Amino acid sequence: MVNGARLDVRGVSHAFALEKRALRVLEDIDFTAEPGEFVALLGPSGCGKSTLLRLVAGLEPPTEGRLLVDGKEITGTDPSRTVMFQDPTLFPWRTVRGNAQLGPEARGSLAVNAQRIEEALTLVGLAGFAEAYPHQLSGGMAQRASLARALVNEPKVLMLDEPLGKLDSLTRLAMQRELVALWERERFTALLVTHDVEEALLLADRVLVLSDRPARIRADIRVEQPRPRRRDQPSLVALREEILGLLGLAEAA
Amino acid sequence: MSATTLGARIAAPAARAPVWPSGWAAGLAWIGTAALISLWPDADDLGRTWELAALAAGFGGAILVGAVAATLPALAPRLAPLRAAGPWLLVLALALAAWELVTAKLDWLPRPFFAAPQSILEVFTDDYARLGESVGRSLLLVAPGYALGAGAGFLFGVAMGWSRIVGYWAHPVVRLIGPLPATAWLPIAFFAFTSSRGASTFLIALASFFPVTVLTWSGVSAVSKAYYDVARTMGASPWFLVRKVAVPAAMPSVFVGLFMGLGASFSVLVVAEMMGVKAGLGWYMQWAQGWAAYANMYAALLVLALMCSSAVTLLFRLRDHLLSWQKGLVRW
Repeated sequence: MVNGARLDVRGVSHAFALEKRALRVLEDIDFTAEPGEFVALLGPSGCGKSTLLRLVAGLEPPTEGRLLVDGKEITGTDPSRTVMFQDPTLFPWRTVRGNAQLGPEARGSLAVNAQRIEEALTLVGLAGFAEAYPHQLSGGMAQRASLARALVNEPKVLMLDEPLGKLDSLTRLAMQRELVALWERERFTALLVTHDVEEALLLADRVLVLSDRPARIRADIRVEQPRPRRRDQPSLVALREEILGLLGLAEAA
Repeated sequence: MSATTLGARIAAPAARAPVWPSGWAAGLAWIGTAALISLWPDADDLGRTWELAALAAGFGGAILVGAVAATLPALAPRLAPLRAAGPWLLVLALALAAWELVTAKLDWLPRPFFAAPQSILEVFTDDYARLGESVGRSLLLVAPGYALGAGAGFLFGVAMGWSRIVGYWAHPVVRLIGPLPATAWLPIAFFAFTSSRGASTFLIALASFFPVTVLTWSGVSAVSKAYYDVARTMGASPWFLVRKVAVPAAMPSVFVGLFMGLGASFSVLVVAEMMGVKAGLGWYMQWAQGWAAYANMYAALLVLALMCSSAVTLLFRLRDHLLSWQKGLVRW
């Protein structure tokens, strides 16, 4: 029961037009995510990882190269490709339920999806907070609400743009576990942007290590360790050393 | 020993609330003021002195009843807001007494420029029909003008904030014309419109249009791009982005504009009524001043203050209701 879509990124380069000169952020990015695969994009902050997600989301067209979902070129946004941003970006004037139903409401299919909305809220553990406003939520709860809002759209590709980056470490650990459980259940293709090596290794099937700006793929590392994973497992520790080495941050042994 | 603490805890809710000292003081002060009004003879022949004393005494009596009730467990929670008003009630009684002394009793302040409290009461008891009609006429003049100006300003502000083209062409015009006080248009308005009503409505609309436009515009422009991104990734149409993202996000700013526009509307209303319209509170004040009926003028001023304050209160209630999602709203 794989619900995810196949994602092809073919020779994508991207530049921002700054005053007088172009700022290159992505350079010849080329990879394929299989349906239902969990891919982590790991790189130093500011290297252009989030830009890649914006391209996959269809929020911007790439300067060069092509992006395809199930063989079809990405030309714009589509609810089957949703993003969970670093900030929850909940609409403060809407309750948790109001936020979760944003997608169906925007597409005029609210009535059909009523059940799905309640399910998503239950799934992220916010069923009891459906009527709460965002300012009443903790950081972790807000990110859960944001996750519910994405899940309601039944995404085939779910992009996670450092969604746990601003959470405290305990909430972060709990939500990493929840994300994996959710992905195992729903089997969307997941694209996780992170600069946390351990997080990438705990969650992903594959880790694409990106270079400094402009970002290129430095390495494509497969994480074979079966789930559930623990951060102190020898194979993960070895991979962690390898990746830190690639990033020029190897710890002296 | 634990039994006694337990007993005390059970007894606690039934205990009487503490005495309300400022309530007692205020009640007695009002009754004292009533005594002063009725027992000290007026320096001149004034009407309604006795009625004013009766009102003050009745008010003082009511406060004393409140002071007794405020200590009863059943009523104490409901009367908590009244308790907070205690110092104000006391000071108001003293202020009335002082005002009564320097006008009616000692005649220190020159009449007719300074009216005694009972003279203002007399205006309300004898001229209420004309005052009431003036209030009605003022409201009928200001409400359509304000609604028109605020509505147009809101739509125009959203268009300016949303559309680059509208913003490009409208921005310089709004910058040049906007800061001009609406009353500066008075001469033009009165010849451009055949009726003084039309001219006043136009001016009131103009006065509310500018602040609502500018604050709606800045509110819409300031909406975080991230909100649009979120909605777009979920398949939102541009129309949805305007209605369900831009407008709700801009509402706190829109309400600031509505509040400022309301003040400007009232300002233009009074000027228009004094200049051309032959009805309403502004006209009443002008007319009263012409007859040197200063008590009537003060009474109208008081009514006008109540009217404007109520309108602002109403607007703030609406805002609190619509923007209940915001935390830390300023209280009116």
